[in-house]
Amino acid sequence: MKKISSVYSKNREVGRLLLIILCWLIFMSLTQAKKFYTMPNFLTMAGQFPEYGVMALGGMLCMITGGIDLSVVGTANFASILCVLLLTRVFGVDGVMPPAFSAVLFLVVILIGILVGSVNAGLVSKLKVPPILATLGMNQFLTGLCIVMTGGAAVSDFPKQYCDLFSQAIGGVLPVRLLVFLAVAFLIWFVLEKTTYGTKLRMYGTSARAAEFAAIDTGKLLRKTYITSSICAGIGGLMMMANYSSVRADYGSNYTMQTILIIVLGGVSPNGGKGRLSGVVTAIVLLKLLESGINRFRSVSTYYVTLIWGVVLILALIMDYMGQRTARDH
Amino acid sequence: MANSLLKAEHIKISFGNVHALRDVSLEIRPGEIHCLAGENGCGKSTIVKIITGVYQRDGGTIEFAGKEFGKITPIDAINAGIQVIYQDFSLFPNLTVEENLALNTEVASGKKMIHWKKVQEIAREAISKTNFDIDLKAKVEALTVAQKQMVAISRALMYNAKLIIMDEPTTALTKKEVKALFDVILQLKSQGIAILFISHKLDEVFEISDRFTIFRDGKLVATGNTKELDDKKFTFYMTGREFEDKKFEAVHISEKPVLELDGLTMEGAFQDVSFRLHGGEILGITGLLDSGRTELGLAMFGMRRATSGRILRNGEPVVIANPGDAIRHKIGYVPEDRLSEGLFLPRSIGDNIIISEIDKLTRNKIIFDLKKRDAEVAKWVQELEIKTPDPGNASTTLSGGNQQRIVLAKWLACDLDVLILNGPTVGVDIGSKHDIHNILQKLAGNGLAVIIISDDLPEVIQNCSRVLVIRSGRIVKEFQSRDVSEQLIVDAMM
Repeated sequence: MKKISSVYSKNREVGRLLLIILCWLIFMSLTQAKKFYTMPNFLTMAGQFPEYGVMALGGMLCMITGGIDLSVVGTANFASILCVLLLTRVFGVDGVMPPAFSAVLFLVVILIGILVGSVNAGLVSKLKVPPILATLGMNQFLTGLCIVMTGGAAVSDFPKQYCDLFSQAIGGVLPVRLLVFLAVAFLIWFVLEKTTYGTKLRMYGTSARAAEFAAIDTGKLLRKTYITSSICAGIGGLMMMANYSSVRADYGSNYTMQTILIIVLGGVSPNGGKGRLSGVVTAIVLLKLLESGINRFRSVSTYYVTLIWGVVLILALIMDYMGQRTARDH
Repeated sequence: MANSLLKAEHIKISFGNVHALRDVSLEIRPGEIHCLAGENGCGKSTIVKIITGVYQRDGGTIEFAGKEFGKITPIDAINAGIQVIYQDFSLFPNLTVEENLALNTEVASGKKMIHWKKVQEIAREAISKTNFDIDLKAKVEALTVAQKQMVAISRALMYNAKLIIMDEPTTALTKKEVKALFDVILQLKSQGIAILFISHKLDEVFEISDRFTIFRDGKLVATGNTKELDDKKFTFYMTGREFEDKKFEAVHISEKPVLELDGLTMEGAFQDVSFRLHGGEILGITGLLDSGRTELGLAMFGMRRATSGRILRNGEPVVIANPGDAIRHKIGYVPEDRLSEGLFLPRSIGDNIIISEIDKLTRNKIIFDLKKRDAEVAKWVQELEIKTPDPGNASTTLSGGNQQRIVLAKWLACDLDVLILNGPTVGVDIGSKHDIHNILQKLAGNGLAVIIISDDLPEVIQNCSRVLVIRSGRIVKEFQSRDVSEQLIVDAMM
């Protein structure tokens, strides 16, 4: 019994989210079982959430440091637009892209991530700019750059083989985007739980000043963190590009708030020092299930989705508060 | 015996299963300075909160000025003439001195408009009682700690106080300010006001108080006239242990100096500091609060950059630009502010111990080796006798002394040659203070070079083999500690 309760208290964030998911699944089975519980529906969901899910995974790391990355969407669009420019330059507007060239696109994303992340981290660690302002500035800058590069319009003429490749589902059941998401999630789980990076990150998030006195190389730590976040954002950009078959400076602009919602819902403390991958992944799945479920009701407008997400976040915070209170009473 | 102002007898209180006060009594006579002492968690603050009506006692009687107190509310206590000066003074930093002083009276008067002349009058009268000179229009946040304290005392005096309780009033004061405070306390005494002075600093207790009471673990251990008390008894009452103050003698001094400073200068902080430190020595650096002693410590650890001069390790000049460099050159630093700089308070004891050596606790340079980590944690918890049932607990669960041991363990785990400690026993109870001193002496005995930066002169004299005095950023004097007295050091500091 003691063991069970200790496992629960360790995974409280995940536990309460799973509870909400369960309730929702039961509700859906009672009301919309035929429309909701279908293979195509689940395939669609699995293909959609990775694009902002992967952004949330990177943003989570920044929030564990007590910071935040508001430049994810700007980075994503910047990465996708640069990739499109590269594709049209190399293969022409109507050209054919060999599948192996995807690797080059990933390389471009990684380079952009290193560049953007380093600047973010530099602003935060060297110039001591608050992360919320540094990354907000970066986001404006990148979005502006994207507008200038594209003239503000959507660009949809480029070799589409890439989109086809990225929109496939392997064997008809495993979307490539989901696979990429899982790979990124595994890598982040690995560095967070299996290497010393995770401990350092959480210690830094608890007290940046004590971290300096403990001789942690805080500049390097932040650089790694913000670079990872920017690379994740870039991968998210590649997914958006495949999903929409076009790129534009202002795609996914609501993802900024959505990723933060997910991260906080997943139990990452905005004050830093606390957070686990499992919580964030569960939160990603929960939000997608909610959104998709709501869309099954013809009478409920999709405009309600945002409202319901807000309710879920507040509900989760209340559950957290109640949980902590009972934990203190014992 | 009728001659007592406050008589609290057989007071009991418990919170849940914790008996904070088991059975304590406290008697204060009119116009006396009474010192209440005890280690952290002994129940000092709890009794104050009971007397002032913040907590309700579970048992016992309280009599104040001849009247029996039943259930006390904070208002009752104030009306009866009991005032508390808390450590944070409970002032409004954004208001001026006169506003702070007159606010309560003005609010209580129930008038909607503020009568500024009246405010000034009230304030002027309040400060006249202590002959305390201050600009009434100054914002409280701009005042020094000592000035804020005087404002709080002046405010307390406005309510015809018969008893003023001061909760560790000297913690953040300089030596000069402490003296000024003591003058005020004596003046209040001459006006017939009794003072309950809460402190665990031995020298203050001896200097100021007429009588004393000492608590330990929620029980009364001793009470009586301060004249009949001496160092040894005081320490014994406080801790229940007897200590032998062992004077440090450097025996195994390394042949060559392990650390040398050559004309080290940081503009605006310290100038031209040179000294040599051998392994096995404990070097004391002492000086006033703004003498540059802390900056010097930080510069040796790479938290601040010296503007000129050299640092040499084993005779080789080294560059120490950040704490990472310092660790690579085997120099560790125990910071002044344990709570914000030395520890990650909410994190586990274990994480706090291994954080600085964490990169060594890996397999194949990548995987964090949890077995190695746990072994290392267990080793240091045992070595430094950190009192905890589980090193997975947060550091906040420990007392100041045990927390300081975590900080020590963190650096010792890094296998250092030089350890710099800034105020190693500030806010640490007497028992742990002795233990920490013993640990440092033992480490130096094993060849570690130790620097203690401290203005606790008995600590410096007892534990250091040499003492450097820093004044206005310059080393002005070097003493061999076997032939130095506190007075000689004080003279050099001022």
